[in-house]
Order: sequence, then C-alpha cells, then structure tokens
Amino acid sequence: MEKRPLSFYVLSAIFALFLLFLYGPTLTIGILSFQGPQGGLTFPMRGVSLHWFDQLFQQQAVGDIWGSFRRSLVLGLMVMVTTVVVSIMAGLAFRKRFAGAGVLFQLVIASLVIPSILVSLGVGLMFSQGGLGVHWSTSGFGSQLTWTLPFGLLIMFAVFNRFDPAFEEAARDQGASAWQTLRHVVLPIIAPSLIGVALFGFTLSYDEFARTLLTAGSYNTLPLEIYGMTTNVTTPVIFALGTLTTMFSFVIVALFLGLLKLLQARQTRAGSDAGKGV
Amino acid sequence: MNRNLTSRHLIGWLLAAPLALVLLLFLILPICLIVVVSFWQSTAFSMIPAFSFENYEFLFGSPVTYAVFFNTVKYALISWAVTLVLGFTVAYFLAFHVRSLTWQVVLFLLCTVPFWTSNIIRMISWIPFLGRNGIANSTLMSWGVIDAPLEWLLFSDFSVILAFVHLYTLFMVVPIFNTMMRIDRSLLEAANDAGASGFQTLVNVVIPLTKSGIMIGSIFVITLVMGDFITVRFMSGSQSANMGRLISNDIALLQYPSAAATAVVLLATVLLMIAALLRIVDIRKEL
Repeated sequence: MEKRPLSFYVLSAIFALFLLFLYGPTLTIGILSFQGPQGGLTFPMRGVSLHWFDQLFQQQAVGDIWGSFRRSLVLGLMVMVTTVVVSIMAGLAFRKRFAGAGVLFQLVIASLVIPSILVSLGVGLMFSQGGLGVHWSTSGFGSQLTWTLPFGLLIMFAVFNRFDPAFEEAARDQGASAWQTLRHVVLPIIAPSLIGVALFGFTLSYDEFARTLLTAGSYNTLPLEIYGMTTNVTTPVIFALGTLTTMFSFVIVALFLGLLKLLQARQTRAGSDAGKGV
Repeated sequence: MNRNLTSRHLIGWLLAAPLALVLLLFLILPICLIVVVSFWQSTAFSMIPAFSFENYEFLFGSPVTYAVFFNTVKYALISWAVTLVLGFTVAYFLAFHVRSLTWQVVLFLLCTVPFWTSNIIRMISWIPFLGRNGIANSTLMSWGVIDAPLEWLLFSDFSVILAFVHLYTLFMVVPIFNTMMRIDRSLLEAANDAGASGFQTLVNVVIPLTKSGIMIGSIFVITLVMGDFITVRFMSGSQSANMGRLISNDIALLQYPSAAATAVVLLATVLLMIAALLRIVDIRKEL
C-alpha cells in the first residue's frame, strides 16, 4: 500500500466534519425525543423517558398523525409505481429518437427546475377553479409526479447510456418479438436500477411538502401534518415523531437494499454461461 | 423504409405519451393558468377574471419587492458558492482518495442517512442546536472562546444559509462525484509525469473535466434555493423574506392573482438563470 499524501488527511478531516454537520440535527432530534415528561423543546434534558413516544399514540396530543401517515404511505406507493412504469416507457421512447424528443426533454428539465410552490399553486388553482376540488390522491398525486418523473427519467437515461444493445440484437436474431426482448432481456438486465427509481419515487413523494401544500385538500399528508404541528405543538412529541419517521425510513431503505441484493444474486445465478460449452 | 421510420416515431410517441400527458396536465396547464390569473383582479374574498396589469404595477411599484428579490438572489448565490466548494471537496475526497468501491458506497450512504428524517423536523432541530442556550453556544462558552451567547447564530441570514447548505450540499456532491468517477485515471498520471503539482493537476485537469457535474449541481442548488419558502420562514424566525415567502404569504391571504404575478416573476428569473447555465452543458450526454 503506497503512502497517503498529506492532502488525504486534510480531506478526511473535512469529510468527517461534513458528516458531523449532516448528522447534527438528526442526533439532536434523537436525543431530545427521550426528554423527560417535564422537559421542553430545547436543552437541558429534564430526565430521560419514553413519555413523548407514548404521547404519539394518544389521539388528543397529536391530532391525526396516523391518518396522515397512512395517506402518505398510500400516496408514496401510488407515486412510486407510476414513476417506475412511466419512466421505463419514456426511457425506451427516448432511445427511439422520435421527432419532438428534444422538446419533451426540455419540458422534463423545466419540470425539475420550476419551483415547487408554483406547481403547487397552479395545480391547486386548476383543480379548484375547474370545480374538481383538490384531493391528495388526484391533484396531490399529479403535482408530485412532476417532481419524481424527471428524476426517474434521468436515472433511466443513465441506465440506457450504459446498456449494451448487443443483447437486444442477439435476442432479435434468435427470433424474439419486440415484447419478448423487452420482457426477457431488457427488463431483467435493468431491474436493479429500477429499484433505484422506485426508491427515489417513494421517498421524494413521502417527504414532499411544497407540492402537496396547496393540492392536498382537507386531508393532510404526513409532512403537512408535521408542518401544522410546528405551529401549535410545543412539546418534544414532535421530536419523538421525527425519530420514529427516521426509523421508518431506515426500514424502507433496508427493504429496498435487500430487494436489490436479491435481484443481483438472481442475476449472477442466471448470468453468463459463456465458455461452459454446449 | 419509410414505413419503418413512421412506426419509429409513432412507437416513440406512444411510449412517451404518459410522460407527456402528466407534464401537460400538471405542469404546462397549471403554469399557463398562473400566467392568466396574474392578470386577474381580486377583492378580499374572490377573484375577478380580467386583463389588468394591476398586480404587476403593485409588485414593481413596491420597494419591498426589490429588497425581497435582492434577498432571494443573495441567498441563492451565497448558498451556491458554499455548497460548490464543500460539495466539490467531498466529491473529490470520495472519488480520488477513497480507493475501494465498497468504501465509496458506504461513505456515500452515510451521507444520505440524515435525509431520511423529515425536512421540516430537521429544520426545527437547529433551534436547540443554535439557540441562545443551545449546544453551539454552551460548547463555545465552556471552551472559553466566547463570553456571552452569540445572538446571530439563530434567526439570521447565517442560520438560513446554514440550513440551505445542510439541505442541498448533497445535490452538489452527487453529480460532481458522478463526473469525477468517469475521469480516466491515466490523465492524472500523465499530468503527474509531466511535472504538474497536485494543485496544477486539480486546476488544469480535474476541474475542467468535472465542469458538467458542477453545472448540474449548480442548477439543482440554485433552483431549490430560489424556489424555497419554508426554510427562510423557519430559520429567519419570520424576520426576512424571499420571493417564495412573498408568494406563500399572498396565498395565505387568498390573494391568488397577486401571488400569481410574483410567481411569474420568480419563474422568469429562474428560467433565465437555468437557460444561461444550460448553454454551457448538455445534461443528457453527461449521465
């Protein structure tokens, strides 16, 4: 092993500080959520207890967080599935270099850079003026897609840029139809990346605040409920909620990573038989 | 041949149709509606369809607008500069100093963990950290660095930018890291063999080759900061404003036409900045 230059140690130190900076708030939340029953939103700690976690399950203390959690979960799954399907289709479409692809791509970039509050305002106005009424599963769902689809599509671009078309040609030479090529060759190869698209879709939706602010209607999603809590809840119960939602996110990410490992293992097993003879 | 060509375009459009439909319904139409509504008039409780420049006249006639506009650009530029330097350094460390892929993945995942806590809750938790009796102040006082608590740590421009840097540095790290990973390592060796110092290699080889990643990261950070309204509200303790807050205040007062006019101005500013950046880089080629 060659000797590390001085810059390595300097940069390591900067990286460590950066991590500390990133984790600062998360750790503060973690510690303060175990505040004693008499404690407040700030230090010092007045004892250590699970009091505030217990409060989360008392209806009167926190309002409708479990209802909003359920809605966020359903909405996240809806957005996730739609993002995956629409991104795959669009990714395949862009490979065909159809007329007008450039314009559509510009729109996708526009969707990414237009401030969330504008989409929220516009979609909210459209649904309320159109007499449809805003609801998280219609207007909220749509305005979140304008945020998740660009990410999904960009990941698909990255995937297809690295995709070897020789696999498809081989399948076609063997007489596979376009659908069979897609189903049995392309999709299995890109499956691990689709996990990434799904994870992005779910987490971006699950944590989205600005785009749902004016489009969710009378039933709040979890980030909106938390936003409401910041103005009228002055106890560490909100930190307990933060700790709990972080735990939940860990579980989600662990699930996706597990799924990824599973897919990769399958790919290795079903992988190349080159050189094994006939 | 001709039939083949037509079917390629047709299939292309059929596959792209869901995406195009979503963008049409939830992006183009709503934005058009905002532009239309920005010319409407409003009373205390309702909107009246009209074609009036009232909202724009009010907007451009008020000194508050210019101050807020200046504030918005100021936050965007400072946050951009800080996230760029910090993000570049972190990406450089991960790409060139961490040698195994496993470690790169582990360290990168470590950076993403804090993002799994709700944005809003993470923002509130700066309060016990930066406040008068917060961790930062009590630590500095116990070390004897300061005698009295620093007041400017919380509810100030400092805390607003701190929160932006905290939220968005990763958006800079990812694209820069992505482009750095694709730099051919033999180029660095060549620079070294030709007698370039580490710093010369950085300036003349690494930075030009990561330009596209830097641009993509910059687009993310600038648009996210320009469009923000909630970070500024929480972290400045409602004491300073940006365009986003102006819009959300109007919305809270149900002054939709006025909010729409501000939104149009914000949109124009953001699109102009991005168009300028996009002239320098082709995103699709860089992924």
